[in-house]
Amino acid sequence: MTEQVTGAQALIRSLEAAGVDTVFGIPGGAILPAYDPLLDSTKVRHILVRHEQGAGHAAEGYAQATGRVGVCMATSGPGATNLVTPIADAHMDSVPIVAITGQVPSGAIGTDAFQEADICGITMPITKHNFLVTDPAEIASTIAAAFHVASTGRPGPVLVDISKDALQATTEFVWTGTPELPGYRPVTRPHAKQIREAARLLSEAKQPVLYVGGGVLKAHASAELRVLAELTGAPVVTTLMARGAFPDSHPQHLGMPGMHGTVAAVTALQRADLIVSLGARFDDRVTGRLDTFAPNATIVHADIDPAEISKNRTADVPIVGDAREVIADLVVAVQAEHEGGRKGDYSAWWTALNDWRDRYPLGYDVPEDGTLSPQLVIERLSAISGPDTIFAAGVGQHQMWAAHFIKHEKPYTWLNSGGAGTMGYSVPAAMGAKVGMPETTVWAIDGDGCFQMTNQELVTCALNNIPIKVAIINNGSLGMVRQWQTLFYNQRYSNTDLHSKHIPDFVKLADAMGCVGLRCERPEDLDATIKQAMEINDRPVVVDFVVHQDAMVWPMVAAGTSNDEILAARDQRPDFGDGEE
Amino acid sequence: MTKHTLSVLVENKPGVLARITALFSRRGFNIDSLAVGTTEHPDISRITIVVAVEDLPLEQVTKQLNKLVNVLKIVELDPSHSVQRELLLVKVRADHDTRSQIVEIVQLFRAKTVDVSPDAVTIEATGGGDKLSAMLRMLEPFGIKELVQSGVVAIGRGARSITDRSLRPVERSA
Repeated sequence: MTEQVTGAQALIRSLEAAGVDTVFGIPGGAILPAYDPLLDSTKVRHILVRHEQGAGHAAEGYAQATGRVGVCMATSGPGATNLVTPIADAHMDSVPIVAITGQVPSGAIGTDAFQEADICGITMPITKHNFLVTDPAEIASTIAAAFHVASTGRPGPVLVDISKDALQATTEFVWTGTPELPGYRPVTRPHAKQIREAARLLSEAKQPVLYVGGGVLKAHASAELRVLAELTGAPVVTTLMARGAFPDSHPQHLGMPGMHGTVAAVTALQRADLIVSLGARFDDRVTGRLDTFAPNATIVHADIDPAEISKNRTADVPIVGDAREVIADLVVAVQAEHEGGRKGDYSAWWTALNDWRDRYPLGYDVPEDGTLSPQLVIERLSAISGPDTIFAAGVGQHQMWAAHFIKHEKPYTWLNSGGAGTMGYSVPAAMGAKVGMPETTVWAIDGDGCFQMTNQELVTCALNNIPIKVAIINNGSLGMVRQWQTLFYNQRYSNTDLHSKHIPDFVKLADAMGCVGLRCERPEDLDATIKQAMEINDRPVVVDFVVHQDAMVWPMVAAGTSNDEILAARDQRPDFGDGEE
Repeated sequence: MTKHTLSVLVENKPGVLARITALFSRRGFNIDSLAVGTTEHPDISRITIVVAVEDLPLEQVTKQLNKLVNVLKIVELDPSHSVQRELLLVKVRADHDTRSQIVEIVQLFRAKTVDVSPDAVTIEATGGGDKLSAMLRMLEPFGIKELVQSGVVAIGRGARSITDRSLRPVERSA
C-alpha cells in the first residue's frame, strides 16, 4: 500500500497503525505540521495537557496501567526539554513510552535556531534508544522501530525527534511493521541448564526467598509467580515496583523489602541461604550497604537485561530471559525435582519468618491530639475503594505508606516512581491511567509538596472528562526530608516547611481548576469524606487530608548502613534472639 | 588494572560514536585509546577501544555496550591472538650534524622518513605500543617538536572474521 502523503500524515498514520489510541501533548512551532492531520484522526485521541512533564508522566501512567506503550508529543526546544524528567523516570522504571518531538528544520539544525535543542543528545543517557528523523521517507519505519524497541525486551522510553521540514515534505506512506534492527535482539528464552540448577538449589535450600521485582509485572507473570510460590512453599517479597504482583493477603507474602521494608521481608533476605531474584535489580534501596547484604545467600538472578545480572551483587546462577518464561520453566523444573523425591523443607525457616512477622507487623501510632494519621487515611482509602482501584503515588512518606498500607492484591493497580523518585509523578500518571482504564477508579495519593509540582493537569482532567481522585496527604511539609532532618540533622528543619496547611487553599484551588474540593481534618470524618469522593464520577475530586506533621515512615534502614541495622520503629531494634553472637 | 582491547562493530550511522563514548564516561570508565573507521561492509563501522579495567567491570561495560541498539557485536581481542598496531607521526629537531643519526634510528625501527626540512625530520612509524615508545625514547634527546598518534587498531589472527555473522540475527537455542 503506497500513497503520497506529507511526513506529518505519515506520522499520524504510523501511530494509528501502531495501535495508538491516545497521545498526550502540547503543540508548538516545530511539531505544528503533525497537529494538522491529528485533528482528522478518528483513531487517535489527543489530550492537550498543561505542561509537557504532565504529558510524559501521563504516558507512563497509561503504560503502567494498561501494559501498552504510552505516547507523548511536544515541540522542539523547551517543549522537548520539559519531557526530560518523565523520560528519565520511564528509563529508571523500564516503562514503555514513545516520545515524539518536533525539531527545527534540518537546514537550521546546529545553528542555535529559535527553540532548538539537541534533544537526542540530551536524552541519550535516559532513553533506551532515540532517533533523529530528517527524511520523510523514514518516518513510518522509525515509528515502527520506536514502538518495537520501547515494548520488547526490557521496556523503556524511546524518543523520535522529527525535523519540521520532514513533517512538511511529501513522501510515500508504507507501513511494513516491525523493522530489521540488526543490533537489537533481546533474549527471552532462558537457558534450560540454568533453570535446572535454580530448581536444584530450591530443593536443597533451607532458607530461600523469592525476590520479586517489577520485571514480573512487565512480563505479565503474576499468575505463573503464584504457581511457583505455592509449588515451592518459599516466602515471597515484592519490591516497590512489584507491589501487586503477588497478593498481600497471600500467607507466603512477607511484604516489601528495602530501606522502608517490613522487618520480615528485610530480615528474610538478609538471612536467606538462597535468593531467587525474578525481574529485580538489587537496587541500593533494597540491599542497603551492599557488602553486608544477604551474606550467606546463593544468588539466582533472572532478568531480561543481561547487564543487570552481577551488576551489583554477583550471581551464582545467572538466567537471562523474560520473567514469564523463566518462571514457567522453573515451575516445570521444580515439579521434576519433586517427582524425583527432592523437595525443599522450609519448615524451620517459616517458624522464624512467622515469628518476625508476628512480633514486628506494620503499624503506626495514632496521634494523641486527635488529628488524622496519614497511615489511617491510606488504609481507609484502600479499604473503601477496594482491590480493583488503581493507586498512583507521588514520592516521599506518603508513597512509602501507600506501598505498605494499601492492600495490594492485583497487578497493575500500583503506579509510582521507584527508581527516579520523581516528585510530581502522581497526578499526571493517574490521569494517564484513567484514560487507559476509564472504567476503573483511579486515586492519586500525593503529598502536599508533590501536588504543588504538577497539579495543573487537573485542569486537563476537568476539561477532558478524566475524573480522577486525588488524596493529598497534607502534613504541610516535605515530609520525608523532614523525617531525615528529625533523625539525622538534630531536628534542624531547613527549608522543609511548606506551610501548605494554609497556603494554598487546596479546596479552593481544586474548585478553581474545575474539580470538586473536599477537606478532611478529623478521624471521625474520614470514612464519610472518602465515600463522598467515591460518589463523584463526573469531575475530578481533590481531598485535602490534613494530617499529623510528625508521622514517620517505619521500619527504616538508614542510608548507607547494613540491613542488619533495621529499626522497626524509632530507637527500636528488632530482637532476633541472637544477641549472644 | 589490565588493558583490554575491544573491537566494536556498529551500524554506520550518525551519532553512534557519541553514544559509545558517552556510555563509557557515564558508567565511570576511562578510554585509553580509540580508533574508528570503515570496514569491508559499507553499513558497518569498526571501533577499537582500549580500556583499562578489571575483568568484572569489563563485563559490565561490555553488557552495557551491547544494549546500544546501534552496536552489532563486541569482541575482546587477546593480544597474543591478534595483531595490534598504532600509527605515529613525529617531528624531530634535526640539523646537519644529527640528521644521519636520526635516519639510522628510523631504519632500526623500520620506520619511514616522510618529510625533511633544514631544521626537522618527520617520521612515520607503525607498531605496537612498546615499539613506538622505544623509538620515541631514542628520538627524545634530539628534541621532539610535535607528536601525533592514532588509537590502536587490532585484528584477530587466523582465517576467521568477526564481521561474518554480525548482520545476521543470532539464533539461540534453549
